[in-house]
Amino acid sequence: MYSFTPTEEQQMLIDAVNRYAEGDVRPAAREAEESTQLPPELIEKGWELGVLQASIPEDYDGFGEYSALTGVLAAEGLAYGDLAITMGVMTPNLYVLPILLAGSEEQKKNFIPPVIEMEWKAYTAALIEPAFDFDPQALETTATKKGKDILLNGEKIYVPFAADAEGMIIYADLDGKTQGFIVPGDSAGLSVGERQETLGVHAYPLYSLKLEDVKIPAENQLNGPEGHGMEAILASWYIALAATAVGVAQAAYEYAIDYAKDREVFGVKVAQKQAIAFMLAEMGTDIEAVRLMTWEAAWMLDEKKDEAYKHAYLAYSGAVDMVMMVTDRAVQILGGHGYIREHPVELWMRNGRGFAAFTGLAMI
Amino acid sequence: MISFEMPKPLVQTRNVVETVAKNMMRPVSREMDENEHEIPWAYIEFMHTATKALGSSSMAPDEEPKEKKKDPDKKKRPPINYQRLMIMVETLSWGDAGIYLCTPGGMLGAAAVSAAGTPEQKKRFLSRFTGKEPVFDAMAMTEPQAGSDTSAIRATAVLDEETNEWVLNGEKIFVTAGNKALVDSDGFIVVWASLDLDAGRAGIRSFVIEAGTPGCKVTKMEEKLGIRASDTVSIVLQDCRIPFENILGSPTIEKSTKGYKGAMQTFDATRPIVAASALGVARAALEFVEEKLSEEGLEIRYGIPRQKMTHLEREVIEMETQLRQAWLLTVKALWMADNKQSNALIASMSKVKAGKVATVITQKAVELMGPLGYSREFLLEKWFRDAKINDIFEGTGQINLLIVARNILGYRGSQLR
Repeated sequence: MYSFTPTEEQQMLIDAVNRYAEGDVRPAAREAEESTQLPPELIEKGWELGVLQASIPEDYDGFGEYSALTGVLAAEGLAYGDLAITMGVMTPNLYVLPILLAGSEEQKKNFIPPVIEMEWKAYTAALIEPAFDFDPQALETTATKKGKDILLNGEKIYVPFAADAEGMIIYADLDGKTQGFIVPGDSAGLSVGERQETLGVHAYPLYSLKLEDVKIPAENQLNGPEGHGMEAILASWYIALAATAVGVAQAAYEYAIDYAKDREVFGVKVAQKQAIAFMLAEMGTDIEAVRLMTWEAAWMLDEKKDEAYKHAYLAYSGAVDMVMMVTDRAVQILGGHGYIREHPVELWMRNGRGFAAFTGLAMI
Repeated sequence: MISFEMPKPLVQTRNVVETVAKNMMRPVSREMDENEHEIPWAYIEFMHTATKALGSSSMAPDEEPKEKKKDPDKKKRPPINYQRLMIMVETLSWGDAGIYLCTPGGMLGAAAVSAAGTPEQKKRFLSRFTGKEPVFDAMAMTEPQAGSDTSAIRATAVLDEETNEWVLNGEKIFVTAGNKALVDSDGFIVVWASLDLDAGRAGIRSFVIEAGTPGCKVTKMEEKLGIRASDTVSIVLQDCRIPFENILGSPTIEKSTKGYKGAMQTFDATRPIVAASALGVARAALEFVEEKLSEEGLEIRYGIPRQKMTHLEREVIEMETQLRQAWLLTVKALWMADNKQSNALIASMSKVKAGKVATVITQKAVELMGPLGYSREFLLEKWFRDAKINDIFEGTGQINLLIVARNILGYRGSQLR
């Protein structure tokens, strides 16, 4: 049966997330952006909502079970507040979820509890590389087996919290396949570069990272020397980005509606002009459409449907275009005011453009 | 709990209807397109006899199912009639959108009767669909000077108190299946007319005119860009007398436009159904493209970065994601209709999206297929022509966008024209 109604538990989580996003995150977003600093107390508060913890089974010290659907519902609500702070709160997901989705039983038992039973800590991941045609399934970073060890070599960019990382998943090419490796933050051979400056999400600390013969035990390959497939991890990236894109778009859309209903032009409100009203109608339609695609893909992942991976990708692809269209139009509807940093729409537009480049920076 | 699992009965419906689409529609698709105004009787007869096996094919899902013995242990199933209709319409339109519009057994007219009629009216008018011969119905709303702007309707209905009959006068155009409803079968049309031209929209009501009523005449059959298997006619009403009981809704004019708005609610169900038809045509075109690419050994690489994609891959992925978006909006709109939730917003959203998506996908498909797309050897060029109607009838894309805009902004018609 089709149904579009969340469970009571999901609704409680959504409500809690919405209160946090609207009450705490949104008011702090501009200052975080301008100061390029994430407010630590807000990150901790977001972490305590327990979105990640609730998707980890009790065996690994969590208090729930993994649900992509619950994840996307929460992520959309968080990103409605602010994308950089959302990514900050969700950074440990980048470390925990690959282990949960692709790791061995032993790895889950060893590596997940220390992250989720404590306060928020900088556990992260390194995927993206400095090339315009960067492809997560054809990495330049290499993993080489040497006896009982593995050596990692290469260059990564956009590594969140690399400077403070307690641990990270590093993705590298092993025999022509992308594999994840669990790497302690203080490993020799890791050198963190300067903090990177990007078009949007200024508050989110991203670093370049050089890997020179970073030595880890062979059993730190995700799922051990047998290795693992990438589809579950890729799908998790896709739906997380799609869901957060919907949240960003929803924020811009609502702001544009409020502005257009308030601002006078030629004796009527801006929203009473069809040119503006039609833009808003298309924005609302496409947001709802992509939201449904994201829910469907997440549901398919939870139900282990054959086409889940493809639908996760299609949802992401649709979201990348939708969020750019919506945030661009929000700026357009505000006109000159949209271009001024006093209003948040310019920030959302810059953040919105990021989704095409954010592969690997969010997981659900 | 959120779920996207298609209900099992609908999976069965889809499989059965797909067989019909493949065997009874596709083989005659080209022939029906080239011989406009011919009627696909084989399909019609088949659908008429098969309707019972398939369940209701009416646009007016049976609101009061026959009394069944209540089994207290049996879990109550959520209603899925509109969802079933969506699956049928999508699949039939995948077969042939023009022939689909020739499906007997209740379409827009029946939907209006179902939405606004009394139990007696429903019984009187809808029971004819289950008779021996296939019967059609139609909705006559548009006039030469009144399309989506229904307040400009000039057809009139005046009560003759002596005979207790309504006397209708006026001209209607673009009546889908009007000829089949009035000439080719013992059907009926639902006509929109004004009780009082000074009362504006508050005075507009709909009336049932049965086939064979004197003064109601089909005057013209249109020649069209697409959906040529379906007739589109003009109807002239000249002192056309119908019984008092044939009015749908209240015969008295109130100051409010409540009656009119009630009638407009019919569209909350029919718009997503038109969307479903658009989705079917679009899917046919997209599958054609994917088959041809596959024959050439071109597989779409889902998941590679856009910077590395070929143009073809990018286009096909865009078409797929757009089609799925429109599909999901439509499912949700009809799920809400089944569950008696107010769905005016998403109903119009689904129509806007599906009409546009179907138009764009079929246009793109013709472009991507080059000379194959343009050739009448294949059906792609026909689907391109067929798809366009979905962005026009049952409210153009723009009118539906206006409805969406009013809804999201909380504006009345006077505030956003």
